Amino acid sequence: MIQRLWQSGAAMQFAQSRTAAAALVALLLIIASAVLAPWISPQNPYDLAQLDILDARLPPGSQSADGAVYLLGTDDQGRDMLSGIFYGLRTSLVVGVSSTLVALALGIALGLAAAWFGGWVDALIMRIADIQLSFPSILIALVLLALLGQGLDKIVIALVAVQWAYYARTVRGTALAERRKEYIDSALTLALSPARIVLRHLLPNCLPPLVIVATVQVAAAITLEATLSFLGLGLPITEPSLGLLIANGYAYMLAGNYWISFFPGLALLATIVCINLVADQLRDVLNPRLA
Amino acid sequence: MAAYVLRRLGQAALVVLVMSVLVFAGVYAIGNPLDILIHPEATQQDIARLSASLGLDRPVWEQYFVFLGQALTGNLGTSFAFNVPAIPLILERLPATLELAVAATAIAVLLGIPLGLWAGLKPDSVAGRTIMAGSILGFSLPTFWVGLVLIMTFSVELGWLPASGRGPTLDVLGIPVSFLTLEGLQHLALPAINLALFKLGLVIRLVRGGTREAMMLDYVRFARAKGLSEPRVVGVHVLRNILIPVVTVVGLEFGSLIAFAVVTETIFAWPGMGKLLIDSINVLDRPVIVAYLCITVLVFVLINLVVDLLYALLDPRVRLAAAGAEA
Repeated sequence: MIQRLWQSGAAMQFAQSRTAAAALVALLLIIASAVLAPWISPQNPYDLAQLDILDARLPPGSQSADGAVYLLGTDDQGRDMLSGIFYGLRTSLVVGVSSTLVALALGIALGLAAAWFGGWVDALIMRIADIQLSFPSILIALVLLALLGQGLDKIVIALVAVQWAYYARTVRGTALAERRKEYIDSALTLALSPARIVLRHLLPNCLPPLVIVATVQVAAAITLEATLSFLGLGLPITEPSLGLLIANGYAYMLAGNYWISFFPGLALLATIVCINLVADQLRDVLNPRLA
Repeated sequence: MAAYVLRRLGQAALVVLVMSVLVFAGVYAIGNPLDILIHPEATQQDIARLSASLGLDRPVWEQYFVFLGQALTGNLGTSFAFNVPAIPLILERLPATLELAVAATAIAVLLGIPLGLWAGLKPDSVAGRTIMAGSILGFSLPTFWVGLVLIMTFSVELGWLPASGRGPTLDVLGIPVSFLTLEGLQHLALPAINLALFKLGLVIRLVRGGTREAMMLDYVRFARAKGLSEPRVVGVHVLRNILIPVVTVVGLEFGSLIAFAVVTETIFAWPGMGKLLIDSINVLDRPVIVAYLCITVLVFVLINLVVDLLYALLDPRVRLAAAGAEA
């Protein structure tokens, strides 16, 4: 698919918007800094032996006792904020991307089933999706986390539950339109197995709108995770995501120690804005009708 | 129409029932509230007595039916933490949340319509592009982080506005409100702006899209041909047609404002339902969580029901489609 995109000139088309191209480069840098966090961070924020409590809550640019510079300051444990942000990005991106992938798989399976079988299968799946989409995602996530408790796996489950309906709806809509086309008829005439038709013929043609929805949803999932963690219902403190770093700094904000919350927030904001800008341009390139 | 209304009512009741099972099952699984309420040195008898007085010693399904029976009579149990009935406890906080949500809606509409009109009339101007870029930010910025930045800027650095609480309230028809005093308004300002930003982006986009579409239609050209002044064309003819989708969306989004108020209330220590919910989750105050969720679900189902029925009333195609699907 990537090869086909390249041949159709989609990459060139994408680069036509300078804002989108810049956002894509920035996003790649953000992802790289998250992936490379253990190698580029000045310290390991999880290693308590490296932390010096005397360095707690130093403003940005301060020097520690052993001469290292804290570019973005330190938090209440004396943790270097820059390192904390790199590691926090890692957690946030892992949660956002993994929950989106699981929700995508689930949504595709249910959406294709609804479109292919029709009848009561379709009615059941789509009614559940309708009911779920009539409630705000944060409310559903709150209920689920209250039910499941805390933890990385729990928050991924909550985010999957919030997202699947968007994909199911998108896939079903596209699949219904594609089903009426001639290539499906000819595949049916060739007596190919239904599984083969659905997976090899129907699914690839349903992908472009899904890519757009999924990109936007990664940003939404990261925001929601940060919000839940901020409320104290998300991740445990052992693997702080950006939201937890922000929550942690909130207590010191009224004392004027703005940097503990501000910089993780800026990293979160940059990530979300970049993803949304890339998604906007992807929509224009992949599906001019939706623009 | 009567059949449609009945079926729609049945659906709504079913959703409420299913949600009540989910909510009860979910909240039952959070943890054992006795661990928190009871003194560490309490004897086995004390624990049994408290457990029996709260009905926690009975089987789960029995607890659910007791809960359901009581829920139908408007009694969702007594708060473990406050030792008062849960529903009045929440309803007592309802005015604060509603005031916040109404203020946020007002800000979003009163700012969003003029800005959206401007961006729609002059889409290529610097101002138009700036407004649109701003609306993208409104969508992208996480509510809780904007709240922190607002506190940081206006409370900590500038010291203009208070960062938490509701300030003094005055009673209007027995309901406490804070927008009537200067100090109350100052307390309301930051949380309301915080909650409004997302909806502001939404209203701007809706109005801009509607304006651009309407400006190309025949009735606008006709109004111009009649020699009407530009302000009259835009202010009366265009605006009236844009307002229909805006009113619909703002109405539908009111429920989500109440849900998102959880975040804003937590940041600004606004004494509303949302803050009560988070506090209750933290101390496992089961009846209050259940009551909050039931009330919110009920509000949502009602909003959706009213909107659906209004649509059916206004647009016969909805009724016919529903009847056709059944046949």
